[in-house]
Amino acid sequence: MRRSLLFIPGNNPGMLQSSDVFEADAVIFDLEDAVSGTEKDSARFLVTSYLKNYSPSLEVIVRINGFDTPFCAEDLKALFMLDNLNTIMLPKARVEDLLQLSEMIKNNKKDIKIIPIIEQAISLIEVDQIAKLELVDGILLGAEDFTKDLEVTRTKEGVEIFYARNRIVTACKAYKIDAIDTPFTDTTDNEGLTKDTKFAKSIGMNAKSAIHPNQIETINQIFTPTTKEVDYAKRVLMARDEAFAKGLGVFSLDGKMVDKPVIERAEKVLEKAKKFGVL
Amino acid sequence: MKMKIGMCGSIESNDCLIVIKNNKENGNHIIINSIVGDFFYEQIYEVIAITLKEKNLNNVLVECTDKGALDYTIKARLLCAIERYLGE
Repeated sequence: MRRSLLFIPGNNPGMLQSSDVFEADAVIFDLEDAVSGTEKDSARFLVTSYLKNYSPSLEVIVRINGFDTPFCAEDLKALFMLDNLNTIMLPKARVEDLLQLSEMIKNNKKDIKIIPIIEQAISLIEVDQIAKLELVDGILLGAEDFTKDLEVTRTKEGVEIFYARNRIVTACKAYKIDAIDTPFTDTTDNEGLTKDTKFAKSIGMNAKSAIHPNQIETINQIFTPTTKEVDYAKRVLMARDEAFAKGLGVFSLDGKMVDKPVIERAEKVLEKAKKFGVL
Repeated sequence: MKMKIGMCGSIESNDCLIVIKNNKENGNHIIINSIVGDFFYEQIYEVIAITLKEKNLNNVLVECTDKGALDYTIKARLLCAIERYLGE
């Protein structure tokens, strides 16, 4: 269960060592797009050296280079030497790559999860198969590459990714994993970030990735249950307990019918509130 | 003949630039130029010396220009510079 995932360039020691002070739920040490082709080796050495010496107090994810690059095998070889890596993020993910990666993780006897990035039309078509893979516990939409693949312009409004967002949310909810929204790339536009994040939440995204620490507070705030939501959830569960004691399966609260889906939603709200420290 | 060198890192804050080259038959030689050298020269020297030993490297000259890098960064930059030096 995550709200915010912060990308950190893998070749920047200053950012690596302060990665756990920004209050993100997870950090993503990036060996891919944030690192130039000539520095892939130095970033790999730096990230692995950091993780051999430090264990940040939050989920550690490393975004490796894709299976279609000459860097992927070396990335994985280095990461499998670590004991404190939680998750591997795979760009341009395809089912066959994920099956291969899962096999490698199991062969290396590692307790590592996978977050695939959907950034190609073909990956979106495969998203149902991707979501049900055993080690996959979240899916990220990578809208910049995805819209490049669609040959459309990326806009702040995001009309062009509406279908992809919904498609990913549905697959993730079906298999009970995190639906992680694409980053909002204008790091100076907090109003735009707020609007984009609220929209993502409204269609079912659980979390959003961030490319700058100044985006974390907004994202966390939006994905944390509000006091009003928490209070209502508590009242639903209290009313449930009273109704069940009377042998009632369905009951009403504030004049509205409360049944199983409403109870389950209330339980989920309280679970999130507890996890994120607002209960 | 072009001299073989390996280089890695930067002179950004929290980082260091490592240059490694052949030192003929004169053993290993380490030169450190650090903004925190007054306090951490020996610690930086030790990280470099131990890493050279771990990699079984002899007769190399290592120059470290340090801008406040932690040990893990110095080690990472050196390991990468060694790999580049050896042409792996």
